Amino acid sequence: MKIAAVVALFPDLQQVELTTWIERRFVRPESSCEGEGEWVFHEIDVARVHLIYDLRRNLDVPDDTLPLLLSVLDQLYDLRRKLNAVSDTVAGYPPELRDALMAVIRDGGQADD
Amino acid sequence: MDDPYEILGVKRDAKADELKSAYRKLVKLHHPDLNPGKKEAEDRFKAVTAAYDLLSDVEKRGRFDRGEIDASGAESAPERPFYHDYGDAPGGRKYRSSAQFDPDDLASIFGQAFNRRSGGSGAEFSAQGADAYYSLSVSFLDAAMGAKRRLTLPDGQSLDVNIPAGLQHGQILRLAGKGMPGFGKGGTGDALIEVSVAPHAFFRREGRDIHVELPVTLQEAVLGAKVETPTIKGPVQLTVPTHATSGTRLRLKGRGIAGGDQFVTLKVMLPTDEETELDTFLKNWEPHHPFDPRKHMGSK
Repeated sequence: MKIAAVVALFPDLQQVELTTWIERRFVRPESSCEGEGEWVFHEIDVARVHLIYDLRRNLDVPDDTLPLLLSVLDQLYDLRRKLNAVSDTVAGYPPELRDALMAVIRDGGQADD
Repeated sequence: MDDPYEILGVKRDAKADELKSAYRKLVKLHHPDLNPGKKEAEDRFKAVTAAYDLLSDVEKRGRFDRGEIDASGAESAPERPFYHDYGDAPGGRKYRSSAQFDPDDLASIFGQAFNRRSGGSGAEFSAQGADAYYSLSVSFLDAAMGAKRRLTLPDGQSLDVNIPAGLQHGQILRLAGKGMPGFGKGGTGDALIEVSVAPHAFFRREGRDIHVELPVTLQEAVLGAKVETPTIKGPVQLTVPTHATSGTRLRLKGRGIAGGDQFVTLKVMLPTDEETELDTFLKNWEPHHPFDPRKHMGSK
């Protein structure tokens, strides 16, 4: 998807604003071989534009707080991917081991004593 | 769909800015990308968005209030992608946070959790420790002949590594039980050591054979001689046959690696300093058997 098509998904998003998001590395579309300033947006990039749009327009996140929030979110998703990988691996383990691990993940952080 | 006023929690005569602030409050609570673990968040978010889409459109709101359309008229809110669908998938690594946490950190989180579990509940957790990866660089001769090397680990401990004779560049040695400690009754992981072999000044290796280029003098090449040649196991005497030319390849059987051979390629070196007698002799010398060394190249 090209930048003009992405912008057209929103009622009030200008190409200029989306370009600043790209320059600030909030969104990282693939740079196209067609030339300077041409990008290709993959599905994940479009979904991320939706997220940033919501944060700015509907959640009133101030511009200078946005990088902080995105960084925290990226760390959250990092951890979720890792946990997903752990639970995929654990799925093949013996039940008692699996249950113990799942209990740990469920209780996560709460001391159980 | 339920009543959009109820969904947004506003009165039927709510003004546009009241609608907007109610909508924003709910979006903050229910945005599914900010609540990736809550399955119901996406449904709530969609309902809230659909309700707001209907009521924020003056014309649609009027028709709804007059009963001309029901709330399902708003359900045609366009489908949109959500970031959490991508962020949770392996492809989400694209937006990996630059603040990567230390693997030790994760291990310590799990370690604490597992220790806690195994303390009281009786459901003891055991897991094999992770493998540890190291790299080690050894000299050509150590790789050829085998050696013992000591590897100092980042934590200050050391590991004795046996380099087997004939080890190849890039080969990986596995030291069972020398990796990361396991949890519970799980065994220790292995240490995997990738070995790189430094090139030698004059030995070259092809499989189990060793190749070396040996410079000889003009006299040694013409008259034949016994000369000393290096091998990986120390110098040996080599017989240079008479009239040996550059490129003659001689084999020293069993002098390679583990039963391989050593091949010696002769390289005739002419004197670099002035040798007037040799020049004079060659000027007056008429070979008994003149020959053209370039005949096979088609020259005349």
